[in-house]
Order: sequence, then structure tokens, then C-alpha cells
Amino acid sequence: MKKLLSGNEAIALGAKIAGVKYASAYPGTPSTEILENLAQMAGVRAEWAPNEKVALDSVAGASYAGARALAAMKHVGLNVASESLFYLAYTGVNAGLVLISADDPGAWSSQNEQDNRHYARFAKVPCLEPADSQECMDFISLAFDLSEQFDTPVMVRTTTRVSHSKSVVDVPETNGHAPRPLKPFIRNTTKYAMIPANARRRHPVVEERLKKLSEWSNTAPVNRIEWGDRSIGMVASSVAYQYAREVFDGYSILKLGMSYPLPEKLIREFASQVGKLVVVEELDPFFEHELRAMGIPCAGKEYFPLTNEFSLAVVREGARKLGVAQPAPPTAPAAAIPARLPALCPGCPHRSTFYALRKLRLRVAGDIGCYAMGALPPFDVIDTLGCMGASFGVAQGVDAVGANTDKQPWVAVLGDSTFFHAGMPALANIVYNQGASTLMILDNDTTAMTGQQENPSSGKTLQGQQTHKIDIEAVVRAMGVQDVFVVNAFDEPQVEKTLKQALAIKDRPSVIISKGPCVFLDHYPEKFIYAVSNDACNGCSLCFRVGCPAIFKGEIDKTTKQPKALIDPLLCVGCDICAQVCPHDAIYRIAN
Amino acid sequence: MNKTDFLLAGVGGQGVLTASDIVAEVGMALGLDAKKSEIHGFSQRGGVVESHVRWGERVAAPLGEKGRIDYLLAFELMESARWIEFLKPGGTVIVNRQRILPMSATVGDAVYPSDEAIDQALRAVTDQIVYVDGLEVATDLGNKNLANTVLLGALAREMGVDPEVWLDVIVKRVPRKYLEENKKAFWAGRMGERVPREK
Repeated sequence: MKKLLSGNEAIALGAKIAGVKYASAYPGTPSTEILENLAQMAGVRAEWAPNEKVALDSVAGASYAGARALAAMKHVGLNVASESLFYLAYTGVNAGLVLISADDPGAWSSQNEQDNRHYARFAKVPCLEPADSQECMDFISLAFDLSEQFDTPVMVRTTTRVSHSKSVVDVPETNGHAPRPLKPFIRNTTKYAMIPANARRRHPVVEERLKKLSEWSNTAPVNRIEWGDRSIGMVASSVAYQYAREVFDGYSILKLGMSYPLPEKLIREFASQVGKLVVVEELDPFFEHELRAMGIPCAGKEYFPLTNEFSLAVVREGARKLGVAQPAPPTAPAAAIPARLPALCPGCPHRSTFYALRKLRLRVAGDIGCYAMGALPPFDVIDTLGCMGASFGVAQGVDAVGANTDKQPWVAVLGDSTFFHAGMPALANIVYNQGASTLMILDNDTTAMTGQQENPSSGKTLQGQQTHKIDIEAVVRAMGVQDVFVVNAFDEPQVEKTLKQALAIKDRPSVIISKGPCVFLDHYPEKFIYAVSNDACNGCSLCFRVGCPAIFKGEIDKTTKQPKALIDPLLCVGCDICAQVCPHDAIYRIAN
Repeated sequence: MNKTDFLLAGVGGQGVLTASDIVAEVGMALGLDAKKSEIHGFSQRGGVVESHVRWGERVAAPLGEKGRIDYLLAFELMESARWIEFLKPGGTVIVNRQRILPMSATVGDAVYPSDEAIDQALRAVTDQIVYVDGLEVATDLGNKNLANTVLLGALAREMGVDPEVWLDVIVKRVPRKYLEENKKAFWAGRMGERVPREK
């Protein structure tokens, strides 16, 4: 049956068909929907882990214990999980283990663009790269088989345009394997326990395995030559192949489904029969460098950019440079249209925090989550932002060197899910090393940015079971923070007052937990919407500074010559923050 | 049919992604290969949502390109002008007249362009401009969320594709509870009086 599926949906389906029993992940764009889809499938246990390393270790355990298992993460998630990947490369697997790395060329939803094919080479594990949803489904089954055949974790790398594009998939009628019994775990410490002596024994096994995989890949159907005009031959994988296929219509292409280790014989055969060999690859010159190291002359990055994601236009530009005729680029000038910047949603519990931080002119170490929008207007208050949990670490360094002063105090801000991900060790560090930072945890009961996934403080699992709700306040106190303030996120004056109170504590760390659910959660309190009194509003513009998409500029006030505020009743959810900051009591609740 | 490219653009929450799923599935129902692509996550929050759909014998790239899109469906008035450079000269643009003010006009100095400026930007590329009062039609039908289906009806009319093919896909996609009103919205868009085209 033909179905239109996203790459992520197809990966979940492929894993189910391959008999996956256990899957673990931390949400991260563009990988999140893989676990969300697996969670719906009978016979699969799917879990959100607090971070990617924990996810990969758990998946290692499931594999050792004899169940096919899958971990999924975004590209930067693999940085967190990389330590686990490296030991897994040495121990190998018992039942098949597949790691999905969903990269984000273009950094649409990420702090960087990184090319995780390097991890496959670095950790010495095979890497498959599907180019559409059909391949996403097919390659997952293959990945599990390869994992068992070669006793190795197998990485499957997608990109945003593979994970989030939908394309036609021929879905088998029988949806999935009969349940596989656990493959017995046979104690073998030289394979599974990486003390130095065993690690030294395993390293040659890993190198030997790579040679076998490279040999296998020479005839693997996932690598194929599409012959055409041989004056130029392209080498491409993933979505770059799709652009190349369209732009170099009629030319020869070596389509690589396995990007590490490379099929050296196949590449040599292809190279020997084409005039000019050109690598078309997004992000780093990974294939290009590998080919050069093999002594195969090729071109690549002199025609196609190293940065940002590809498009037909980008690949056409390279084709023109190569002398392959292309339709003329469009000449219509772009119309100057006002930008639509990302913004905190109407009713967002983070709004009070960023309004207060801005008002108090603090330096802010930011973190990964919806609250990264504190870096954008009208707040524009975040000074540093790196990765998950970085805010608390940065705060300690700033404080330790004496830069967290009365004149310029710093605050670090992260969310509940980020706290469990990487904030806890950083908080332990601050307490242990006698830091005195002011820290904020914005607890909205969910992992909001990626689409409201459950986390250890949600009280619910990915598969919908009620579970223990880890109490963040209790954790913070148990770590030894004496000054813990819990505030209502929908009370801006209280947030502001508490910040001042916490900043006054100079000799020890303080933590403010701002509590209020994400507006998309079912338990978001029902509120009445608001309106602006045209008579009372004088256009002072303070409410514009809460950065709410429901508030916009209306008519000009005759006295102040400034635009008055209007509230869109379709967008307002009644969080009350604008009314709290209005000095003229011009914003009122509409009873209904 | 060689290849048909669509670009659906609007603002988060307008149902752009559901509509683009439907367009892609109609392509499949017509026996064609189809792909669609859009961005999720950070850049989507309160911002522009654009979704590419491509039909063809065999579709390789998931994204269409500037100056080569056949049909532009703008779910919001100003978005039609933002994305018009993607339309091929003489292509069809279907514009929902609904305005959603950007935050950059509230917290900055940006000004929402006038109807005339938008129309002029569109006319620089094509005279095949179809304005639809999607929100008004949807409101009359009792559910503001139906505007995207109204626009799909207008697209079905402009393309001349059998409406039953569209309705079959809509029936499969839409929860039963909302089915009747979606059918009505589709027909309202399909039958809707078109603004006369002028050179």
C-alpha cells in the first residue's frame, strides 16, 4: 500500500518491521517524531530519556540483553551521547542496535551546523544515509541486519530535509515481525567490559570489522551507479543526491546509501569511467577528503558551498560553474515585506521572566528551549547561549572570576527539561565549588520547543503512563541550595520582586523556580481574555514590551502621538501579564 | 503532466501543513509521485510557515525553487507578496485576504503593506491572481479554522482537477466530526466567485 510518510514516520515504521523492541531518545528537532511514532506501535517500548547519553546507554543495555533497540537524536544530541557511541563501537552488540542521527544543515532549529558523518569515521562504525522516506524505511531494516551480521552499532544519518519531508512509501501489508524472543546474553567480559586490557584486545577487532564492511559496501545495493552522460560523474548521498539528480539530469551519478566506510572499489570503477569526478555533498567535504585520501582526484567544495543547506538553486549554481547548462536564475526582485520573527506564544509562562530580566537590565546566560527567544526583540536580553545546560556552567565561570558584581549581576536561565538533561551536574558544580550565582529554572511541565514532550517532571511517560513526578524544588534543595524561591510565572511583579531578592544574596547560590504550564498543555488554566480601553490607553507602549503576538498597534493617541494598544481576541488567552505591566489600568478582563 | 510545483505559505496555526499534506496526497491519488517539505521547530514559533509540494512522474528534490513554482497558495495577505518571487511568470497565486499583523509591526517600525502595494508586487510576476475571503467564508460556515479548506477548493478550481479526487483525500484526512463542514468549505472555495482577471 502506498502512503505519504515523513522520513521520521518511515524510520519508525522500518524499525517496527525490523522487530525493534526498545527505543529511547531525547526530543530534538528534526529527530523528535521518530520516538513519537514508535510510541504508538504495539510491542515497542519507547521512552524519553533525560538526555541522549542516557538514551544510548539504555539502548546498549537492551541490545546486550538481546532485544533489537534504537536510539534517536539530533546532531548535537550525539555530542552528548558520543562517549557511549565510542565504547559501543568496541563492545559491539548482541541484538541489533541502530542509532539515528538527524542533522540540521541550515541550523533551522539548532545552535550549529555539524556533519555527523564524521562521528561514524571517528567512532569507526558504519553509517547509512537514506535520501527519501522509502529509503528511511528500507535502510532501517538493513541497519539492524548489518548490526547483527557485523556485530556493530549502525548509525543512520538523516538531515532535516530527509526527516521532515514527506514522500511516497510502499508500505508492506504485513506490518512487522512476529515478536522476537530475547537473544540470550552470554557473559563475555573481553567483549562487553571495556577495562583497558579488553579495550586493547577489541581495537583490532574494530579495525578488521571496518575492512569487512568496506568490502561488503562494494556490492551493497544501497550504493548504486546511475549511468548517463559520462563527461562528468557525480558522487552524492542523502538529500544532496536528490538535488543532483534533478540538476544534472542525464549525467552519471554514484548514489551512496552507505557513507562510511566507503565502497572503494565501486568508487574507483566509477571514477575510471567518467571524465570529471565531482562530489555533491551538503556541509563538510567528507566524501571529498575520503576520496582524495584514496588517491582519487575529485572536485567538490570549489563548486558547492560548505555552509548552509542545499537547494536546487545552490546546486544549479555549482552546475553552471561546471559548465552544465541551467535555466536562468529568476530576476524578479524580492518584495520588501516585514519579517515575522519567532515569538513566545500568547499566554507563554516565560513572558514574565524575560520582561523582568529586561527591566532589571541583567546579564543573562541563556539556554536551549523556547526561552531562547529571550534573545530576540522586544526582550533582546540573553547575552550568551550555547548548548543544553550551558547556562549554569557559564554562570559559575562568570562568578568564579569575579565578574558577577552588584554593578552588573548575571542570571542563568534554563527550563525544566534542560535542568534534567544537563543542568543538574552544573548545579552540583556551583554548590560544590561554593559559587554564588543566581539561577532560574522555568518549569512549564514539558519539553515545549520540540512540541510538548513529557520529561521527568511531567508525571507522565512517552507512552502515556502516569509516573512519579520528580520534584525540581526538592532536587535543588537536596543538592544543597538553601535559597530556593518558587514563584507563579503568571505574576510578573512577584517574579521581579523575587529576582531582586535572590540577587541580594551574595555569598551562596540561589535558585528561582518559575512555575506555570506551557499554554499547549491540557492543564493550562482556563482564563478570560483581555481588551484595551481606548480611553485609558495613552500609547505608553509598555505592553508592547511583553512581546505578545496578541497585542498590536492601533490608532495614534492625540496627546502622546504614540500608537495605542489593541488586543486580538482570537489570539489572547488571558495570561494577564500585559494587564500587570500596564501603568494606566487600560487593559481589562472581558467577563464571559 | 511533467511536473507541478506548489508553495503554500502562511502563519503558524493557519493549517498550512495540513493543507499541504492534502495537496501532496491528491497528487498521489492522481497516480503521480509526490513530495512535500517544510520546517518545524524554532523558526516556526509565531513565524512564517512555508510548505513545498511537488507532483511529477518522478520527483527528486523535495523543494521547489524561486521563479519556477506553478501555484502559490498564500494563507495570509502579506505572505503572498513575500513568496511571490517563487512563482513562475504567469503562474497562479491564490491569496486569502486575511491579515495577521507581524510582531515586527508592534515592537518595531515595520508597517503592514497596503493592499495596493501587495497587489502590485503580485502583478509584477503574474496576472493570474485569485483573491479569496477565506476567513469570512469560514466564519459564515461557523468555524474559522475552515479557511484552509476554502483555499484548497479555490486551488482545485484553478487547476481543473476533479473535485471528487480532492474530496476523497479530505474524507481520509479530516476527523469525522469536522467532515461535513470541511466539505462545505471546499465547495464554497471551489464555487466561489473569482475576482475578474485583468491584464
